[in-house]
Formats: sequence, C-alpha cells, structure tokens
Amino acid sequence: MKRQMLVLLVAALAMILAACGGQQPQAPAAEPAAPATEAPAAPEAPETPDTPEATEEPEATEEPAEVPTAEPAPAGGEMAQPVTGGMLQTIISRGNLICGANQVLPGFGNVDAAGEFSGFDVDFCRAVAAAIFDDPTSVEFRPLTAAERFTAVQTGEVDVLIRNTTHTLSRDGAVGLDFSPITFYDGQGMMVRIADGIDSLEDMAGARICVQTGTTTELNLADNFRARGLDFEAVVFQDADATFAAYDTGQCDGFTTDKSGLVSYQTKANDPSEHKILDVTMSKEPLAPSVLQGDAQWADAVRWIVFATIEAEELGITSENIDTFMDSDEPTIRRFLGIEGDLGEGIGLPNDFAARVIRHVGNYEEIYNRNLGPDTPFNLPRGQNALYTDGGLLYSPPFR
Amino acid sequence: MATDISQPRTRAPRPSIGVVEWLRQNLFSNWWNSLISIVLLIIISQVLWGLFRWIIGSEGWIAVASNVRLILLGRYPSAEVWRPQLIVAMASLLLGLSGGIWRGIPLSLAAGFSGIMLLLGFVSFAMPASETPLPISTTLFLFGTAALGAAGIAAAWRLRDMLRWPVVAGWLLLYPVAILILHGSGGDTTIGTNLWGGLLLTLLLSVSGIVLSFPLGILLALGRRSKLPVIKWFCVGYIELIRGVPLVTLLFMASLMLPLFLPAEVRIDAVVRAIVAVTLFSAAYLAENVRGGLQSLPRGQTEAAQALGLNPVQITLLITLPQALRAVLPVLVGQFIALFKDTSLVVIIGLTDLLGAAQAIYTQPQWLGIPGGVWRETFFVVAGIYWVFTFTMSRTARKIESNLNVGR
Repeated sequence: MKRQMLVLLVAALAMILAACGGQQPQAPAAEPAAPATEAPAAPEAPETPDTPEATEEPEATEEPAEVPTAEPAPAGGEMAQPVTGGMLQTIISRGNLICGANQVLPGFGNVDAAGEFSGFDVDFCRAVAAAIFDDPTSVEFRPLTAAERFTAVQTGEVDVLIRNTTHTLSRDGAVGLDFSPITFYDGQGMMVRIADGIDSLEDMAGARICVQTGTTTELNLADNFRARGLDFEAVVFQDADATFAAYDTGQCDGFTTDKSGLVSYQTKANDPSEHKILDVTMSKEPLAPSVLQGDAQWADAVRWIVFATIEAEELGITSENIDTFMDSDEPTIRRFLGIEGDLGEGIGLPNDFAARVIRHVGNYEEIYNRNLGPDTPFNLPRGQNALYTDGGLLYSPPFR
Repeated sequence: MATDISQPRTRAPRPSIGVVEWLRQNLFSNWWNSLISIVLLIIISQVLWGLFRWIIGSEGWIAVASNVRLILLGRYPSAEVWRPQLIVAMASLLLGLSGGIWRGIPLSLAAGFSGIMLLLGFVSFAMPASETPLPISTTLFLFGTAALGAAGIAAAWRLRDMLRWPVVAGWLLLYPVAILILHGSGGDTTIGTNLWGGLLLTLLLSVSGIVLSFPLGILLALGRRSKLPVIKWFCVGYIELIRGVPLVTLLFMASLMLPLFLPAEVRIDAVVRAIVAVTLFSAAYLAENVRGGLQSLPRGQTEAAQALGLNPVQITLLITLPQALRAVLPVLVGQFIALFKDTSLVVIIGLTDLLGAAQAIYTQPQWLGIPGGVWRETFFVVAGIYWVFTFTMSRTARKIESNLNVGR
C-alpha cells in the first residue's frame, strides 16, 4: 500500500513538474530528480519535455497562418478585413483594453499618489485605448514583473505588453511575440565621477564597476570591455537600487545600466553634480510594445497607432492644435486624420483613429515631454528618439 | 524540594543593589568587561543617534505622507473610500461588542484597536491635506471608529446575554459582507479587484486565506485519518504535495499556468487566483496542525462517545473536533501570522499589496530629487505596519495559550 502511494505521489509530482517546465527554467534541473527517486516514475519522465512543446505548439502552427494574412494586406485593404483576428473583436466586445505595464519604473510606468498610472509606456497604452474606444480611460493596467510579462502575453492575460521591453530576435521568435515599432531607443551607458577624470571606457582599465547581476547589462559590460582588451572588476548586486547605492557610497568607480535609468539615478545621488554619464553606448536597447504572435490584424493596429504618434509630430499636429487641422486642405493630413479615405478600416480601426490618439493622448513629442522631457525630473535629451528630420531614428511610413 | 525552604533567603539581597552597584557587577566587573561595555555603548549610541537624526531630519517622509492612500488601499478609487471605511467601522463595532461580552482577550484587542484609531486621528491633523478630498473626512472617520469601538464595549457590558448570538452572527457575516461592499453589486458600482491594493489587499489575501482554508483544512485533516483508502490517499497526496512546494511556486502556477489550461474566453480574476493559491497552500498546513490536535486526544474520548451511542458524525463534531481545535488554537494563530507575511509574495505576480505599494511609491518620479531616494522611509513605514499586525497577533496567541493552560 505504501509503495503504491509513493508511486502515485511521484507521478503527480512529475506531472506538476512537467506543467511548470513550460515556464520556468528550473524545471530541467528538477526533472532528473523524479526518475532518480522512484523507478516507476520513469514512464512519466518523457512527459516533461512534451508539455512545454505542447504549450508552444499553438504559436508555432499559427505562424504560417499569419504569413498569408499579412501578404494581401498591402495589396488591398479589403483583404485584411475578413481575417478577423479575434483579438480586436474580443477587446471591443469586452469594452476595455488590458495593457501589461510596469508600475515601478520612474518615467515609464508608475502609480502616482492618487492611484493613477502615468509614464511614457502607460501613455502608449492610453493611445491604443483611445484609438479603439475614443476614450483613453478604457484601459485596465495589469502591473507585470519582468519574470511574468511574456507569459502574460502568451496566455492572453494582457492584450498588449508595453512594459519597457527590448525588442530582440529571440523574443520575436522563440518567445512568440510580435513587436510594434520602437517607441524608445535606449542603450547601456556608464556613470563615473567627474573627479576621476574618466572620459571614455578606455580610461577605465582595471576599474571596479557596479552592475546588477543576471541582466543583459552585465553581459554587455563584459563584452564591451573584452572587445577593447580592458580588465575590469564587476561588483554585482541583485537589486538595481542596491547597485547604485554601492556606487554612490564609493565602492565602485563606475555604475552601468540603461541610459534612461542612469539619468534618473543621477538625480538620486547624494551630490548629483559629482557625476557624469559617458557618451559611449554599450548596447542597443530598443523598447517596443508587443502583442501575441498570430493575430496580424491586432499587431497591425498597435503598430499603426504607434506610427500615428510619430507621424503627428512630423506633421506638427498636437492635442491642442488638432482642431485647426480638421479643415485642412492638404490630402496627407486629411487622410491621416480620417477626414477622407478609409485607411483605418484596413487594420480594423475607425478611420479617425489617429485623430483620436492625438486628441486624447497627444503626439510623440507631447508624450515624451510629459514623461521624460525638460519639465520632468529626468530632463532626458531626445537623442536617438528625435524625428529622422532632426537627426533621430523616429520615422513613420506614410499614411496612405 | 530543598530549594523551597531556601527561597526567601536567596531573594533577599536583590533589592539592596543600587544602579551603580548593578552596573559595576554586570557591565564593569573587570577591565575587559568594561572595555566591551564601553565599545558596545558607543556603537549602540551611534546607531540610535543616527536613527534619530534620520527620523527627524529626513525629507523623504513627505513621500509616505502624500501616499497614505496608496499604502492603505492601493488604487481603490478615492470617491469610494467610504466602503473600506464602512467595513473598518463595522469591524470596530463588532470588536467593541465582543470585548464587552467576552472580556479578557477580546476586550484588550478592542481597547487597543480603538486606542490606535484615536492615536491615528490625532496624527491625521499633522498630515498634509490630501490632493483629492475624501467624502468622509479621515480625521472624523478615525475618531468615529474609536468612539464606535468604545460604544460597543459599553453597550455590550450591559446587554451581555442579549448580544451574544447577534455578535457571533455578525462576525460570521462580516467576511462575505465586506467582500460585497468592497466589490459592489454589479453595474457602475462595481470596483474591479485590479484596483484593490495596499494594506487592503494584504488583509484580504490573508483573511481569505485563513477563513477559506479553515473548513478545507479540517476536511483534509479528517480525511487523512479516514479509513477509506481513496479519501485517505487523496488527502495525504494533497497535503504532502502542497507542503512540498514553496508558496511562490503555487502563486506562479495560479497566475501563469492556470490561464493556459482554461479556454481563452474564461478569465479568472488575478486576485481570486492569488486567493485560491494562498488558500490551497494554507489548507495543507492547517490540516497538519488540526491532525496534530486530533492525534493528541486520548482514545478514551472517542470510545466514551461511542459508548453513549453517538454516531461518527456526532462524535467528530461534538467530541473530538472541538477539543482538537482548542488544543491547536495557538498554533493556528501562529500560522496566520506566517500567512500574513507570506502574502507579500504576491508582488511577484504583479499584485500591488502593501509591499508592492511601497515599491510603487519609492519609484515615483517626483521623489527623484531627494538625495538617496525615499525607499528607506517607505519601507520603514510598511515594515512598521507589518510589525503592528504580527505583534498583535503573536501577543494574542501567547495570551490564548496561557489562558488555555490555566483552564487545564
């Protein structure tokens, strides 16, 4: 009897492990333990590698389905319409958008004292809601941690993930996301003390550098120093705030994280004027919204909502002056604002979606300045996040 | 024993020791003891002085002061603050009535609660005015709650016997009624659980955990002692499986895995999922505690009940279970304390409980100019709130324990 019970238990355990295997990297480590403790569990063991595949399979099979829907879209707007990608319909019938956001990153996603979300990423959530519902408040924010953000998209827990997520190949591929245009070009930077006389990474041979462990930041740091043939000593911490505290108390010569983060950390320093951020950018960290792969229409909708904010800045349309543009004669502007033509229909959105976004949330410049611009504690220069006409990287394809 | 006779003699010299003499004997008895004492004294005074200077001088407290609502209620709409206030007032009244009826531990709890509310009422004068005005002034609410508690004690003092059963019924109904009030009854009055947070969420999770896991845990404990093999194995399997994994694993399962198994249209609320995970986790531990109580009962109890002609259900409900629960009550309170603190793990699945609120506060951009950030102040306050609750619970557990021992 006792043995039977053990077998049952081990079988149940193996199944739980298999279930966890889909999400958590620890599973492989635990997996060999099950057969080792009890021989009868061996037949269960193959299940472990099976299940993760099973969970990922729907994405894999839907991938080819996406190609034909994406192809005809440029040929004729009508073609995309019948392929109702469910997601947009689900959101419309639900009556609100569920947006995966960050609530602990200053400037990008935060909860203020009144309990309202604010931030750069949060404004893009509002922009999507404004485009669909003509109401920027029709959005439910789901705060996500870095660990669960991708699973939340995969399981449909959130409709769109706008949570300072770097667009990478593996996230586009293996993780199964579809990324929208980049909303923020970030890159890893280095903060040093002015008194140390450091002007570039080359001056930092043998330096002690504070870095958060387990991040791409740590790996990029090592890559950059190795590429330059320099030695350095990494002082690692689990927590970003602890990392900076160590630098600020003089335990390290340099502190590295994304440049947008460096700027806000500098204001937190005991004496901000003692520090400077080097010009060097050690990695590309393009942050972009993402949706679940396999629903081309929904991905298109989010993509063009982001483009609309960029296009609006280029055309000089803001939330304040949009009404003066409504009786414009210029065909580009008339099409863009949905006064004529049926551009929105092709991606399942109302024709005036761009106008809604601008009216309720504003163009890219307004969003940027509201959250990161000169009037905020960050005062982050636009840099790469300027329009292509101003030497930046923001460029929207034409709305026609 | 022999010591009985010598007791008065050994006790006598104690009062004659003065402060200086006591210091000389205990801290400065020889040169190295003196050295250690002086060094420790310097360190302790340095730490205390630093702490004092930080508490008085830090400019970070403004972050906590202006975010009180986020800490207590999370993103709960400011126009609906009356709902949690109503529940606190109801709980205060019930606590007061219980204090008046049963005296002893409930009385000290009721008095303590009203006292804290009174204290907070005075503190609220010093607070900066909230950006969004509350429908009922916070100060008024705090004093009102304190008065309600005191009124409850006074009323129950006189009408002890009349109020006994209504109060018991009130406590039983408080949990469902509170959930109903907080959530609203559909339509525009509904407040989604995604807006619940802060202390409200922490309390909700831990109270739900204990209230819901209580019947489940008892059933599991009884099932584990069942003679029917299927029931027994199921209960043993469940208990050992759940006890064998950390709570974080269960929370991740509930938060991330569950939606994979369910059809896309079915969306289970994130808070509900966390409550389910916490309940399942807590039930397994509770079952083991109750089983310990059941095993501690002498066999004679059951046999005597059988001899009286009671059926198995009656034996369990009337004879064994009450005694077993009585025996493990202090342990259960201890478990509740642990559960209360464990709920802070829900931060990992993106819920904004007390700890999550603290994180949200110290990352608000407006505090960036403050040197060193405001995380120390925020965490200090949140830790203080945790401490008040757990300390109250552990003191209560100790009192219950000593009361039970006196009874035996």
